[in-house]
Amino acid sequence: MRYTFLLYTDPADLAHMTEADWAAEKEVYGSYIGALHAAGVFVDTDWLQPVATATTLTLKGGTRQVQDGPFADTKETLGGYFVVDVPDLDAAMTWAEKCPAAKTGKVEIRPTAMGDG
Amino acid sequence: MTDTARAAEHAARDSYGRLLAYLAARTRDIGLAEDALSDAFAKALEVWAREGVPNNPDAWLMTVARNRMTDRQRHVARFHTNDEVPDMPLPETVQSLPDERLELLMVCAHPAIARDLHTPLMLQTVLGIDAGQIARLFMVSPAALTKRLGRAKAKVRDAGIPFAIPGPEALPDRAGAILEAIYAAHTLDWVEPTDSGGEEAIYLADLLVRLLPDFPEVMGLAALIGFGHARRDARVVDGVLVPTGAQDVALWDGSLRAYGDRMLARAFAHHAPGRFQLEAAIQQVHMARADTGETDWAALNQLYHALLRVAPSAGALVAQAVVTGRLHGPAAGLEALDALAPQVGADLQPVWAARANFLSQLNDPRAGPAYDQAIARATDVSLVRFLEQQRRRHLDRI
Repeated sequence: MRYTFLLYTDPADLAHMTEADWAAEKEVYGSYIGALHAAGVFVDTDWLQPVATATTLTLKGGTRQVQDGPFADTKETLGGYFVVDVPDLDAAMTWAEKCPAAKTGKVEIRPTAMGDG
Repeated sequence: MTDTARAAEHAARDSYGRLLAYLAARTRDIGLAEDALSDAFAKALEVWAREGVPNNPDAWLMTVARNRMTDRQRHVARFHTNDEVPDMPLPETVQSLPDERLELLMVCAHPAIARDLHTPLMLQTVLGIDAGQIARLFMVSPAALTKRLGRAKAKVRDAGIPFAIPGPEALPDRAGAILEAIYAAHTLDWVEPTDSGGEEAIYLADLLVRLLPDFPEVMGLAALIGFGHARRDARVVDGVLVPTGAQDVALWDGSLRAYGDRMLARAFAHHAPGRFQLEAAIQQVHMARADTGETDWAALNQLYHALLRVAPSAGALVAQAVVTGRLHGPAAGLEALDALAPQVGADLQPVWAARANFLSQLNDPRAGPAYDQAIARATDVSLVRFLEQQRRRHLDRI
């Protein structure tokens, strides 16, 4: 089954990070991605620019409405995602636990509706 | 009762959990398996009455349930196309099926399922108790509970919660969650001792002992529930709660007490004491009064010390203070209660009840108001009556 990990962090927690911290962070994620590849479960990942860059658009209600900012204003914001292909939720939870974002924020695990596509 | 009805009921009681676990494990769809199995039981009542009970009722039920599952799945358009009901060989008897109730219990107590649904899910799926009855036991609305259970089963199916026994590093936590859920079923019984909840908790604990034979805490829980249930007839007399130390030991169930002793001895042989073993040991000391005529408060003191190290809780702290009062007198008991106020708060019902009791022993007039406070916070009718009785005795005496 395919699962998407939605990585949520509080930008305030990242505000104090130095360049060296970011380099270390990048390395940590690099080895996590390496582990996902080695296990043959990696499907996809991406990082999102800070929430200040977000634009939200809707046609619901008949008119095109564009909003400056994210759809929901929350303290913890969506910062990136991983897609993995593993047998079940237990396996997905094990990988989510290893995800570096779990230490600094929250990882929401969602099965993908397209299944094994 | 007709043979047909008896055969159907027998099959229901003995086979329900095993058949459901087997059917659900193969599709991860508990709701579908439940619907199919209940259709099969309904059809059995109708067909067996007409044509007689088949030689192999379990295989008959399995066949009908499996066909129902296939029918239903064809009717439901879903994203997954690989969700065909897999081939299931017909069993000779339900006993020849692999027993997958442990896998089902692991699903019911999965960390991805809300904790307060663990016990209701177990009662419904493993024991086949209907949601209305479970709702009464938990004092919640049947409609709301049915809805939440339905959503939980949909999550099991759609989120891919596995019917599997986790690996050695995750197993202790998951077994712990199952124990907590069975313990919750047991504590429900304390609220309403006439309800069947106690029987169900013993059934589940004893089943788990057989499914997880190497976990001493499982045997500890079985012992704890056995001891608790052994006192079911002595616990409330004429609608008034009777504390363990004042119960008529002739009303205790000897065979359940022996079961508790046996389970606890087996658990201790593993030399890995834990919360449930210690709680059971505390009950065992209380029940030894049936042989010795007195309660060994010094032993209880040691056991509570050990319990508080392993699993500190407000209830155990208050119980420890009560033991202190028994060992060293009511003044020492009051001191112990004062000392634990910062940890448990001064307004806890058992703290007021213990305080009232100690004050009363000291003929202190503050006992009356303390009983008022304890009564105002008691939610169980038999406990209220007991406290009112104690208050009356206190007021008559001073």
